[in-house]
Amino acid sequence: MATFSKTKKPKKTDDRLGSGAGASHLSRAFRRLLRKKIAIAMIVALVVVYTGGIFAEWLSPYGYTDQNYSDILEGPSVDHWAGTDRLGRDVLTRTLWGIQNTVILTMVAMLTGGVFLGITLGLVSGYLGGKVDAVIMRIGEVFASFPDILLVIILAATLRPRILDGARWLEDNTALDGLVRTGVVDYLVVSIALVAFGWVGMARLVRGQILSLRETDHVEAAKAIGASTKRILFIHLLPNSISIIVVTVTMGMGALTGTEIVLSWLGLGIQPPRPSLGTMLLGAGNIGTLRETPWQLLAPGGAAFVMVLAWNLLGDALNDVLNPRTK
Amino acid sequence: MWIYIVRRLLWLPILLFAVSAVTFTLGTFGPGDPVVVQLGARYDEETADRLREQLGLNRPVLVQYGDYMWGFIRGDFGESLRFRGRPVRELIAPKMWVSAQLALAALIISVGVGLPLGFFLATRQGSWIDPTAVAVALFVMSVPIMVTAPGLLWVGCLKLGWVPCSGWGGFFDTRIIVPALILGLPGIAGMTRLMRASTLDVLGQDFIRTARAKGLSEWSVSSRHVFQNAMLPIVTILAFSVAGLIGGAFIAETIIGIPGIGRFAVESIFDRDYPVIMAITLVGAGAFVLANLLADISYAFIDPRIRIT
Repeated sequence: MATFSKTKKPKKTDDRLGSGAGASHLSRAFRRLLRKKIAIAMIVALVVVYTGGIFAEWLSPYGYTDQNYSDILEGPSVDHWAGTDRLGRDVLTRTLWGIQNTVILTMVAMLTGGVFLGITLGLVSGYLGGKVDAVIMRIGEVFASFPDILLVIILAATLRPRILDGARWLEDNTALDGLVRTGVVDYLVVSIALVAFGWVGMARLVRGQILSLRETDHVEAAKAIGASTKRILFIHLLPNSISIIVVTVTMGMGALTGTEIVLSWLGLGIQPPRPSLGTMLLGAGNIGTLRETPWQLLAPGGAAFVMVLAWNLLGDALNDVLNPRTK
Repeated sequence: MWIYIVRRLLWLPILLFAVSAVTFTLGTFGPGDPVVVQLGARYDEETADRLREQLGLNRPVLVQYGDYMWGFIRGDFGESLRFRGRPVRELIAPKMWVSAQLALAALIISVGVGLPLGFFLATRQGSWIDPTAVAVALFVMSVPIMVTAPGLLWVGCLKLGWVPCSGWGGFFDTRIIVPALILGLPGIAGMTRLMRASTLDVLGQDFIRTARAKGLSEWSVSSRHVFQNAMLPIVTILAFSVAGLIGGAFIAETIIGIPGIGRFAVESIFDRDYPVIMAITLVGAGAFVLANLLADISYAFIDPRIRIT
C-alpha cells in the first residue's frame, strides 16, 4: 500500500526516540503517530463525531420524532442547523441519533466478530494446525465466497422475523416486557449479520501471523523451557501480532461503518421511527428530493463520510508507524 | 503448480455446494412464506395449499434442496416464485448482461484514469503533487456510495444538466456515465494508489538503473521497463476489483433505476424469491471464487519466485 511517510524525510527527532531505552514498540509508535498531522486531525474528527453520536440524547436540540408542522422541508436555519425533513423533524437531531446507531452496531460487531471471534479462531487455527485449522479455514472460505455483502444482506433479511418471534416468545413467557419495542431485535440482527461478515479477514490474518511466528527462535525457546500453550499463545504470539491487529481493526471499522449504512439504506438495519444514517440517505438521495431540497443530504452524508474517512486515514497512518517496513 | 490448480478446481464445487446449503437453509428456515407474499390480499388457506402443492413447497426441505441442486447441475435454475412460471435463468441473464456492461464501464474508468495517474505520481516524488493526490485518493475512496451517488446526480444532472438523471440505454448511451462514475470513482482512487506503490517499487530496482546506464531514452525506460513491470501486480488485482463492484451495484442500480442484477437481487430478497436468490448467490460465488483462483495463479505466472503448492 502506498504510504504518506514515503515522501517525507525522516525527522531529526527520530533518533532520540529510537534510542529511548525501555520505550516499547507500541509507545514509540504512538508517539510517532502523534506527530502526524493527518492522524491527529482524524482522531479529533472521530472523537467529535462519536461524542455527538454517543451523547445524542443530551446534545441533540430536539427529540428524533418531534415534528414541527410549520417547518416542513425548511432549509438550514438558526433553529434547525441542518434543516428539517418532510415530516418537519430536525435533520441534525436525527443525524446524531443515526450516528449513535452506527457507532453502537459497528463497535459491537467489531468487538465480537473481528476482535473476539476473529483473533480467537485465528490463534486456534494457526497454533493447533491440522484438522482444526482446516475446518476453521474452510468455513471461513465458505463465508468469504459470498459475493461481497450479499451474505450480510441475506442474513439480515432472513434473520429479523425469526429473532422477532424469539423476542415475542420471551415477552410472552417471561417477565421481560417491551423487548420488541426497545429495538433490541434490530441491533441483534444487524450485529449478527455484520459479525458473520467480519471475522474471516481477521482470523486469516492472525493465523498467518501465528504460522510465521511459531517457527521463530523465541517461541522455540519458550517451548523448550516448558511454557504452557496458553502462555505461548498470549505472552509470545499475540503481542507480536498486535501491530497488524490494530491496523486491521482500524481499517475494518471504516468498512463496517460503510456496510452498516448500506444495510440500513436497504431497509434492513434499524427500523423507523428510530433514525439511521442509511434510511436518511435513502430519503435524501432520490432524484425528486435532490431536485427540491439537496441540503437534506449534507448532515447524514457528511457524518457517514467523516466516519469512514477518519477510520481509513487513521488506519493508514497507524500502518505507517506500526509496520514501518511494510509498504 | 498444475496439481495446485486441479486441486483448487476440484474444491470449487464443494465450496459452491456449501454456499448453496447455507443460502438454502437461511431461505427456508428464514421468515416469510413465499406463498403468502405471492398471493397478497387474495390469500386464503385453500388457495395457499394448492399453490404450495403446485410449487412443490410442501415437500420435505431436504427433498426440495436435492431437487433444486440436481436441476442446478443440469443448468436448470428453477422457476421464479415472483414471476410465475418464468425460468430463473431467463430472468437473470439479461440483468446480468446489464450489470456486466456497467461493471465494464466502471472498470474502464478506474483503470483508464487510475493507472496513468498512479504512474505519473510515482515519477513526481518529492513534489507537492504526490502527497496531495494520495490524500485525495483516500478521500475519494472513503465516500460511501450512498453519498457519491446522489452527489454526482445532483452535480451532473440537476445543476449542470450534462447527463440524463436516470434510466438505462445500454453501453453506448449517455445514461451509463453517472452510474459508471459512481462505481468507478473508488476504483480510480484504489488503482491510483496501487499503481503508485507498484511503480515506486519498480523504480527502485537495479534493472532500471541498468536501463538508464545503457543510455536508453527516458521515454523508453518509462514505457518499456517501468510501466510494464509496474502493471503486472495490478493485473492480478483486477479480478478482485470486479468483485468489489458487485456491492456498489446494489446501491447504484437502485438509485439510478438500472435494471441490473444488483437491484434484482435486493428485490428478490424482499419478496422471498428463493430460486432467484439462490441462483444469483451461486453464480456470484462461483464467479468470485474463480476470480480469486485466477488471481492466485496469475501471481505465480507473473512472478516466478512465488511457488504455490
